[in-house]
Amino acid sequence: MNLIAQLEAEQVAELGKDIPDFKAGDTIRVGYKVTEGTRTRVQNYEGVCISRKNGSGIAGSFTVRKISFGEGVERVFPLHSTNIESITVVRRGQVRRAKLYYLRDRRGKSARIAEKTNYKPKADAADANA
Amino acid sequence: MLRSGVIAKKVGMTRLFMEDGKQVPVTVLQLDGLQVVGTRTADRDGYTAVQLGAGEAKAKRVSKPMRGHFAVAKVAPKRKLVEFRVAPENLINVGEEITADHYFAGQFVDVSGTSIGKGFAGAMKRHNFGGLRASHGVSISHRAHGSTGQCQDPGKVFKGKKMAGHMGAARVTTQNLQVVRTDADRGLIMVKGAVPGSKGGWVTIKDAVKKPFPENAILPAALKSAADEARRLAEEAAAQAAAEEEAAAKAAAEEAAAAEEAALKEAEADIAADKKDDEA
Repeated sequence: MNLIAQLEAEQVAELGKDIPDFKAGDTIRVGYKVTEGTRTRVQNYEGVCISRKNGSGIAGSFTVRKISFGEGVERVFPLHSTNIESITVVRRGQVRRAKLYYLRDRRGKSARIAEKTNYKPKADAADANA
Repeated sequence: MLRSGVIAKKVGMTRLFMEDGKQVPVTVLQLDGLQVVGTRTADRDGYTAVQLGAGEAKAKRVSKPMRGHFAVAKVAPKRKLVEFRVAPENLINVGEEITADHYFAGQFVDVSGTSIGKGFAGAMKRHNFGGLRASHGVSISHRAHGSTGQCQDPGKVFKGKKMAGHMGAARVTTQNLQVVRTDADRGLIMVKGAVPGSKGGWVTIKDAVKKPFPENAILPAALKSAADEARRLAEEAAAQAAAEEEAAAKAAAEEAAAAEEAALKEAEADIAADKKDDEA
């Protein structure tokens, strides 16, 4: 392992984030810390994860799309951001693409994603939880 | 106040997540066996400077004169040698090793290195020219630089005219980079932002010339010998403190034992007295 990878692994361990197993197509809820003046609160942002980038390392990020008041909204979150309080998977989607950018051109019925009924947790994740 | 800089190797870039949610892009620079190889003094050379060496070179790949130079300094052959001008009071003894504590988090530094070579580059890439139009009759010269001067008078292209040519592979200094973190154990210095050169390239770090000299900077330099000495002293002090504590504990224990013994004796005497009373 080179020095940069080592430093990044150390930082991931130090941040100690509990990141669930999710991928594009899953509906997720992100608890994001918002600072208003002096006080901070956690704001929930729920939508479909349409892409995950740069793996699960320190540089990883994911995009969440939702329809807010009839307008499509997309937010990109760094996976290990200290501003993220929690990530919860609401629903697992059955998709055949890694990037669901085609959802941007769709509305309503055609923008639905079928639920994945045969979801199996990853072996290493299950081991970690056990 | 001029103190020595350091030679470092560019390891690469990464990011750090801060407590307040900010993420900082950092370049990781590593000190690798950074030692003083020579000094320049006003008497002998007319100026004062320290010559630092970094990296590890195979002795058989080092020329004989350079081997002699390293032998005089009693240091292992170094890969890279750089001189740093210093004030006379900040000269460092030959053979001393400099650690990453030389800089502290929050201070500003200038980093110099050799930029990545771009080869023969056109005027658009080299000097940010705009190029010609995509249409309206322009043919085959969309990325050309355009006119290079006037007419019969002056009748020549002025010297220094920005044109296509070799780009990169030149010495570049990036000023006022902030040090975000240092790690003396591994010899790492992390500075915010990008640094000239490719990964594995040598760069030199100096205190920023355009910022006031930091008050808590270590003079003449953060030396490994000084750190070792401090650690030894701390250990000694700790050992002494531990010994004192132990002695105190021992004394207390002895006292307690003596008191116990006295109490025991008293009790025995009491019992004996009681017995005597009974007999009587």
